[in-house]
Amino acid sequence: MSNLLNYTLRIADNAIILGQRMSQWCSNGPTLEEDIAMVNISLDLFGQANGFYEYASSIDGNKSVDDFAFLRSEREYFNNLIVEQKNGHFGDTIVRNFLFDAYSVLFYNKLSESKDEILAALGAKSLKEAKYHLRHSSNWLIRLGDGTEESNIKVQKSLEDIWMYTGNLFEMDDIDNELLKSGIAVDNSSLINDWDKKVNEILDKAKLNKPEDCYMQTGSKKGLHTEHLGHLLSDMQFLQRAYPNAKW
Amino acid sequence: MSENTDVWEVFIQSKNGLAHKHVGNVHATDKEMALQNARDLYTRRNEGSCIWVVKSEYIISSESEDGEAFFDPSNDKMYRHPTFYTMPDGAKNI
Repeated sequence: MSNLLNYTLRIADNAIILGQRMSQWCSNGPTLEEDIAMVNISLDLFGQANGFYEYASSIDGNKSVDDFAFLRSEREYFNNLIVEQKNGHFGDTIVRNFLFDAYSVLFYNKLSESKDEILAALGAKSLKEAKYHLRHSSNWLIRLGDGTEESNIKVQKSLEDIWMYTGNLFEMDDIDNELLKSGIAVDNSSLINDWDKKVNEILDKAKLNKPEDCYMQTGSKKGLHTEHLGHLLSDMQFLQRAYPNAKW
Repeated sequence: MSENTDVWEVFIQSKNGLAHKHVGNVHATDKEMALQNARDLYTRRNEGSCIWVVKSEYIISSESEDGEAFFDPSNDKMYRHPTFYTMPDGAKNI
């Protein structure tokens, strides 16, 4: 697999896995309005994934968008660990999404300056959506953190539970570094200061405490995942696995 | 959660320069949530360029029993209608 293909899949995989997670809220949202808001976010993410998979498909020259989405196993997925984490309660979802959205806005902002024109265009398009997603998750986090005593305790716990998956977002491996040299990839490690700033700002408003430094989980760039991804994929890929080549 | 929420009326402006039109309502606990819910519910298909949300309690409505006193007096005042003018060809959105 070429570096560019692998890199494109990492971005696409983040979008499809978080999109799948958000689609699981469909009909389970806390209110009708929020239900629709979360499904909208899911659809935005599927749209992003589709764009990046189309590019991956053109680089690969053989596999289709559906092949990438539905016929790869867990070890062949390269999404960041944080997006595959379970929805939990509404606060867990908001915290996970906020931490990822804050990264996503910075990432797409840089990707839109990539020397690879297609990645740059996809990045610019996705950035607009990511900004809205960040606005949505930030506002909810402030509301929950600065809400009742119970909601504060709950989201503080959500934050502690998921914190160990944040370091993975800023990792750089050989593929990243190689593509960074040619001006294609984003330097993830350079995003951490702005991410910190944003996270501190919102946690402050939400009256939440930033978790202490801890061991950070890693592995996604090599296809190593937490136990949740396999379950998610078995659900998402069921139809194509059970009825190969099924079409709408 | 719905017992903590207020109802907000939603007005969408479809194009710059046109009036905001009432499209429906949403539940929300604060103005930012109302705005975002309105965006998510009423502008999914490219309907708008601007959204207003107003708490329903701040909208004062006339009552149906006021109808006679409010509206009947204008029935016989045809001269208030600009029907005696021809519309210039270029005028739109009037």
